[in-house]
Amino acid sequence: MESRRLHMWRLAPIIFSVALVVGACTSGDSASPSAGGSSDGGGGGSGDVVMISSQLVPTAEQETMRNEILADFDGTVDFIGSESGPFNDQIRAQEEAGSGDISIIGGLDGEFSAFAADGLLTDLSDLADELADLGINEDYLELGRLGTDQQLYIPWMQATYIMVARTEALDYLPDGADVGTLTWDQLTEWGANIESETGERRLGFPAGEDGLLHRFFQGYAYPAFTGGVNTTFSGDAANDMWTWMQDTWQYVNPQSTTYGFMQEPLQAGEVWVAWDHVVRLIDALESDPEGFVAFPVPSGPEGRAFMPVIAGLGIPTTSSNVEGAKNLIRYLLQPETQATTLTSVSFFPVIDADLPGELSPGLQAEADAVAEQQSADDALPALLPVGLGDQGGAYSQVFKDAFAQIVIDGQDPAGVLEGLVPNLQEVFDTSEAPCWSPDPPSDGPCQVQ
Amino acid sequence: MTTRLGWAPYALLLPSLLFLAVFFAAPMVQAFGLALQAPDGTFGLTSIERMLGDARFRSAVATTIALVVLVIPIQFALAMSMALVINARLKGQGLWLYIYALPLGISELAAGIVWVSIFTQSGWLNSILMGIGLIDSPITWQSAETPWLLIMCVVVAEAWRATSIIMIILVAGLQSIPREFLEAADVYGATTWQKIRRVVLPMLRPSLQVALILRTILAFQVFATVIALAGSGLNVLAGEAQRWATDIDNDHVAAAYAGLILLLSLLSTILFIVMLPTREEHQA
Repeated sequence: MESRRLHMWRLAPIIFSVALVVGACTSGDSASPSAGGSSDGGGGGSGDVVMISSQLVPTAEQETMRNEILADFDGTVDFIGSESGPFNDQIRAQEEAGSGDISIIGGLDGEFSAFAADGLLTDLSDLADELADLGINEDYLELGRLGTDQQLYIPWMQATYIMVARTEALDYLPDGADVGTLTWDQLTEWGANIESETGERRLGFPAGEDGLLHRFFQGYAYPAFTGGVNTTFSGDAANDMWTWMQDTWQYVNPQSTTYGFMQEPLQAGEVWVAWDHVVRLIDALESDPEGFVAFPVPSGPEGRAFMPVIAGLGIPTTSSNVEGAKNLIRYLLQPETQATTLTSVSFFPVIDADLPGELSPGLQAEADAVAEQQSADDALPALLPVGLGDQGGAYSQVFKDAFAQIVIDGQDPAGVLEGLVPNLQEVFDTSEAPCWSPDPPSDGPCQVQ
Repeated sequence: MTTRLGWAPYALLLPSLLFLAVFFAAPMVQAFGLALQAPDGTFGLTSIERMLGDARFRSAVATTIALVVLVIPIQFALAMSMALVINARLKGQGLWLYIYALPLGISELAAGIVWVSIFTQSGWLNSILMGIGLIDSPITWQSAETPWLLIMCVVVAEAWRATSIIMIILVAGLQSIPREFLEAADVYGATTWQKIRRVVLPMLRPSLQVALILRTILAFQVFATVIALAGSGLNVLAGEAQRWATDIDNDHVAAAYAGLILLLSLLSTILFIVMLPTREEHQA
């Protein structure tokens, strides 16, 4: 009996240390995510501002937002980065309750259009007038009016997706191909050359759970091959696109289904040529500017399609601190803050101001590739989904399912796409969203074809 | 002689009953309610049909069951040998206990990420295999094109991560076996293997039952390790529930998946109770 008790006591330190670890983790999680440098709780002149954002969600970006971008704001900002599902839920829950903690929303154009349709946003026209001197991009301001005469959100920052390759990959470019004016077929050939010379599949796509591959289909592959997205979802041109993807996949690193951010496999050398969001490529370019090149996306039969990502700032009608929220918008659009945003999280400015004289080589490479992509003769901008509201996830799921069934399982594109048309149509019928560019505008919900 | 206890035991039970009612029973009923509703609020089987018709449903069920079937026996064999090593009172047995229990303090996701650094193409495993000349070029362990290899990665990571909890239960069980029983076996000249089969395992039955039930329920909920190691390459039930709840924003289908996990957990619990009855359950 004595010895048994002794042994049970031996377990005690373990249980204790486990409890300690668990305790430490929990207290780490619950640490107040406030920024602004003031820990007195009261904050500065703007008081407590709670910002919920569907952008800058990855933990590292949230930390940068709190500790660098928001550092000089004269109030306390509680920054909550949130995936699109919970993001929508929280904003709508506050609206239903009539009041709540959220003072300001950071989101994408398409997300704001759904909030605006339900009358959740305050008119910010006076603020837009006041900020006119900053030279906010006029096209983006127009987007921020969402087809009304009110300024429902103020443009905040922008980004897009580009290509990055390791310099050693350039030796395997197809004959006569120029990295700045590639076609998608040449990319396949490039991957095939690399595979036959090195024995490895070294193209890469972010097809992992937190990867953005669905945007590749929505804003790049579909428009480039079919000239549309939803009105050309199935049919011959769509079949061609998916057949191209199937062909290309044999030169794509099979571990791509685990990749979230392409900068890591690029740096590790697992992948030599990759497509991804600028923010998710910057570490590779910054770590070794000589070892990587950034270049515009390739083009398809219908043009060089790309997806500009415009994030904006809006104030909900139920905002807990309207003055503080307006001050935060003024602060985030200052040239200094826009410059910090660019250098720390690689989202580009929306204002026309001189940024700090010299960009770091990695950022400069991205900026050049973005500019080249936008100004290409065959450039074909494709908008992010507009007006889907809480159907945004279901919309992207259709593209993820198509990818899984056609490319991973190797099924026939025509059959799979036909089977998915009703799912896609249901998204539009539920959200009542009309078609967006490059699909032709529609009266009423977009009709999938 | 019996003592009159009156209402005292019921009063003492009340807090835990209330806790269970508020935090377990109520959400469970709510979840079943959600699963039996369509997004427009009408009652029916729409959401369950949607789950059954989901392109990933079959593979999620198959992968989850494959993981349970593969992981649990491996973990029990490992945990049993670990527990016997500790119970053998070798020199430095305290050290073994600490080493074995270490993974208990590591979160599921963190463990998954540690194993990604081992299995990824440029990871530790390939570096070692290439270093000692066993392979010429890196092997792709984590590819959706070789799902069995991918499942093996998850099995190894899960076995490493969650074996110690079983071991702790088994060590406690082993230490509650009275010494006299083993001494009596020694007197009759039993070999070590006979002692394990005839004395230790039967006496360990209650602990084994608890550990099996606990571990199987947790295995049906496996999630973060799979996300970290397999990304979108493997589908499991808990992952599908999460995907429908946060990505697709359809709580009804997510609740249907959660209900399915609950059902499978209940079935396995009943199975273990029937298969491994303890003495009290025999008498009942």
